Amino acid sequence: MSLASTFYNTLVKRNSVFVPAIFTGAFAFSIGFDLGITKLWDTWNKGKQWKDIRARYVEEQ
Amino acid sequence: MLARLPAGALKNVAALSGARSTSLNAARSLPRVRFASSSASSSSAFESFTNSRVTLASATLLTVGSIAWYANLYGTLPFIGEVHANSPAEEGLHPAQYPWSHGGLLDSFDHASIRRGYQVYREVCAACHSLDRIAWRNLVGVSHTVDEVKAMAEEVEYEDGPNDQGEMFQRPGKLSDYLPPPYPNEEAARASNQGALPPDLSLIVKARHGGADYIFSLLTGYRDPPAGFEIREGMNYNPYFPGNAISMARVLFDGLVEYDDGTPATTSQMAKDVVTFLNWAAEPEHDERKKAGLKAVILFSALTAISLYVKRHKWSIIKSRKIQYNPPSSH
Ligand code: HEC
Repeated sequence: MSLASTFYNTLVKRNSVFVPAIFTGAFAFSIGFDLGITKLWDTWNKGKQWKDIRARYVEEQ
Repeated sequence: MLARLPAGALKNVAALSGARSTSLNAARSLPRVRFASSSASSSSAFESFTNSRVTLASATLLTVGSIAWYANLYGTLPFIGEVHANSPAEEGLHPAQYPWSHGGLLDSFDHASIRRGYQVYREVCAACHSLDRIAWRNLVGVSHTVDEVKAMAEEVEYEDGPNDQGEMFQRPGKLSDYLPPPYPNEEAARASNQGALPPDLSLIVKARHGGADYIFSLLTGYRDPPAGFEIREGMNYNPYFPGNAISMARVLFDGLVEYDDGTPATTSQMAKDVVTFLNWAAEPEHDERKKAGLKAVILFSALTAISLYVKRHKWSIIKSRKIQYNPPSSH
């Protein structure tokens, strides 16, 4: 079976599979995308954010 | 000149009138001669160039574009004079553009600088300026830890109440209290500053042309007035302030505060830090906003690309179809 028809038969064919697949896909994508952007953001702004300088000021109990 | 016929329209008229003119009188044959000469083959390329709508559109675009470019470059329309009541000095010197650590599209605030800037605000500016949009809790996780902010808030007395006797009472500050104002009201603030009101600084970076650059230039820009500049008693010369005479004297001098991270407290360092702090106060959402903006740009460009592709995909059938017509063989 080609990739496209495997994709169709496992995910798209039944609505009971298709709709949950969209929901979980959207959920997984948003988390993954957010993690990726945060990683990029933190690398770009290394040393400038509060979490980078916080350790200098907290007193551990 | 403006209303143009499609190229070659005149030629058709000439051909038509030429064909018919044999049966008409001499007066009607006059136009034919003119049309015939204007449609000579040697000039037809030039004619179709001058008659084309593309030429008209691009000439218009060139004209409008160069006027707009001139107006953008010099600030006025060409060949039209202007009269101003104000000299440029009276509008205030334009500040230079400084390379702020949060200047770029993806740059967050420098939070160590916000922390130092808070110290400068607290020790210097807070004697005259309120910051009433900022509560103690806003500093938590931005420039100070919870414990530090709680301790700072507790040093200030706030009026609260009424208690069960119906009386107001004093209590130490809490995280939810707003930063204390230096004066109880506007009249008191003016009375202590020779009639001038020190503005609230919460949104000052957004409220002034030039924003952070302007306030930095203002704080570091004090100097002696040029010869011949009359300045009233109690006013100070600052070329960046509109009108050039400001009631606030120079407040930042080298070594005025002592930073706990060991940064040398020069005038420009303190000015940079306090302006970064005030910029944060005016835009506390700044870091999150830029991050969300990055996400939005990526997602929306992907969605645009997908919808353009889907449109081409769906239309490919319509664009590439051929319609064939077979006339009935007998009728
Ligand atoms: C001695 C009191 C005093 C102190 C201290 C002080 N200011 Fe001011 N400030 C004033 C007064 C008064 C004005 C109003 C000036 C005017 O309108 O002529 C003013 C105006 C301003 C303005 C508005 C200028 C404008 O464009 O309208 C800014 C910004 C400012 N101060 C920032 C600061 C900062 C930042 C600090 C701390 C580093 C500070 N000030 C410390 C009294 C003070």
